[in-house]
Amino acid sequence: MLLTLARQSLWHRRGTVLMTLLSLTISIALLLGIDHLRLEAKRSFTSTVSGTDLIVGARSGQLNLLLYSVFRLGNATNNISYQHYQQLASHPQVAWAIPMALGDSHRGFRVIGTNGDYFRYFRYGQQQQLAFAQGQAFAGVYQVVLGAAVAEKLGYQLGAQIILSHGVGAVSFTQHKDQPFSVVGILAPTGTPVDQSVHVSLESIEAIHLGWQGGTPRLGKTPKLSEEQLKKLQPKVLTAFMLGLKSKVATFAIQRQINEFKAEPLTAILPGAALAELWQMLAMVENMLLLVTLLVLIAALIGMVTTLLAAMKERQREMAILRAVGARPWQLFWLIELEVLCISLGSMVSAILLLCAGLAAARPVLSSQYGLVISWLPWHNHSAILLAAFMTLALLLGAIPSYLTYRQSLAQGLQVRL
Amino acid sequence: MPAEPNFPALELKNFYFSYPGPDAFSLQLPDFQLAVGQHLFIRGVSGSGKTTLLNLLSGIHAISRGEISIHGQLFQPQTAARRDLIRARDIGVVFQQLNLIGYLSVLDNVLLAAEFAGHSSDSKRPRAQMLLSALGLEENLWQQQAVQLSVGQQQRVAIARALLNEPALLIADEPTSALDADNRDAFIRLMLNEADRCGTTVLFVSHDTALAHYFHWQLQMDALAAGVRPLSQNINGTEGAVCC
Repeated sequence: MLLTLARQSLWHRRGTVLMTLLSLTISIALLLGIDHLRLEAKRSFTSTVSGTDLIVGARSGQLNLLLYSVFRLGNATNNISYQHYQQLASHPQVAWAIPMALGDSHRGFRVIGTNGDYFRYFRYGQQQQLAFAQGQAFAGVYQVVLGAAVAEKLGYQLGAQIILSHGVGAVSFTQHKDQPFSVVGILAPTGTPVDQSVHVSLESIEAIHLGWQGGTPRLGKTPKLSEEQLKKLQPKVLTAFMLGLKSKVATFAIQRQINEFKAEPLTAILPGAALAELWQMLAMVENMLLLVTLLVLIAALIGMVTTLLAAMKERQREMAILRAVGARPWQLFWLIELEVLCISLGSMVSAILLLCAGLAAARPVLSSQYGLVISWLPWHNHSAILLAAFMTLALLLGAIPSYLTYRQSLAQGLQVRL
Repeated sequence: MPAEPNFPALELKNFYFSYPGPDAFSLQLPDFQLAVGQHLFIRGVSGSGKTTLLNLLSGIHAISRGEISIHGQLFQPQTAARRDLIRARDIGVVFQQLNLIGYLSVLDNVLLAAEFAGHSSDSKRPRAQMLLSALGLEENLWQQQAVQLSVGQQQRVAIARALLNEPALLIADEPTSALDADNRDAFIRLMLNEADRCGTTVLFVSHDTALAHYFHWQLQMDALAAGVRPLSQNINGTEGAVCC
């Protein structure tokens, strides 16, 4: 009966209740949305690289190395010798190595010079291997494999001819115009920076920079190389390389050996530890966002209580009548709490639906524009705890008008004044 | 409820109530009894303590001293929860006006009384429908919202609600103040007839002395303190008589 009363009373005041419900819906959607984005971003962030034991680059900080080698952000402090890479890659504890030469781009997307081991050994997410949506890995010079987002955004298909630019800016004044590349493969989406990358062979990087001195192009056209000459091309420098070890136990020993490498100053980092450090730096922004959302939520809840308190004045007669027909004060207390429960539950359901619809609509844009692959279902292990905390807070705040009703019904008795 | 004449439906012993404070209003009724089926009219000017008396008799307020019994069952002093339960089961209340929950249907308004008395709506539905029919409210009105009814129709719904649980005591707090003379008389007759059919004792409070002749007894608020024992009177022969 109390539920029927609460439901009908809310329906009777549907105008104000709808506004309260709307403000709570937006607040809960914000709370769940920010939490969802935070967790999805973290998942996406931590799944960028998986199964790689060490990342090696020129001597620098671990975040800088992580950012340019994994996230394609920023630049390396220096190059490293290909010869030293070969030396370290042939270490008996090393199972595989992926070389990376960065420094060129195509219409704002980073170019990564590598070899076939990249497609064979690189892992992301839960040890997932790169897969080809179309075509195959490059087999020679002037062949390119595109990340999913690059192909989608620029509308490239297999066989398309593309020109690489020197430097990593969106606009470059130095283009390798006389050495076009042919698209031979397009990777399946991964939700990682791989989607935003253009992959070529190390020999291709060497070919387009043939005759360059100290990062400056030679005067005139780069000479066209014969098939024979192309086969003989040998990379000289790299930007970084990833290592997979035969035994995880050896990780720290190998790291130390690389960091103490006499022939060249190198830095070896543990990607997991570097990712954790980077995420910790971003956690402050994340916490601020969460705090703002919580404040919005509390403001909405206070709004709900204010609406209920304002309604109490109008409902004085209603409460007195209920008392007269036998309602106990605690029943009136629970009547108001039930109304709070109905509003809160309604807000929660509509917030989840709103968020699902919003995420489903925004998913393609987030994926193609920002490389962020997120689930349309904003539900995580602790979402229930978040909603339970919201409900508890709502009921606690709702107890204020409920208690006042309880007190009022005791004090006023059957007397009804207008 | 037993409907034996001369059985005390309402009995007050050494009843005393006072609001807090040295010069606060107080009520004192050393000896007061009302028999089953009796209809008592209490009149008094504003501020004479009519509503306070009704709050005490319905158990909303606790008395300061003494005892109140309904049908021989001790009503005060009792715990608030017990008083609430007895009020829900044994006392019906009719207010001045607009005494229905506007957003509920006519039938739901009546069935409210059953729910709070611990009965199921379904078990009391036939009686609610019977009462509404007997009070002249046709079936097509039962599902209408209470606010859509005229004042007269609302008053009848209020009586049906007050009598649903066949209460021992019906308390009416100036229920006719918003009605014109014709409707007022019709309302009183309807209410008292239904109360008679249910064997319910009626305690009617008003400042309108023109209604007094419908009741077995009438009392002035300030005369209550002298002690009233209408049990000794033959109620059938004293309609309209003034006690004290």
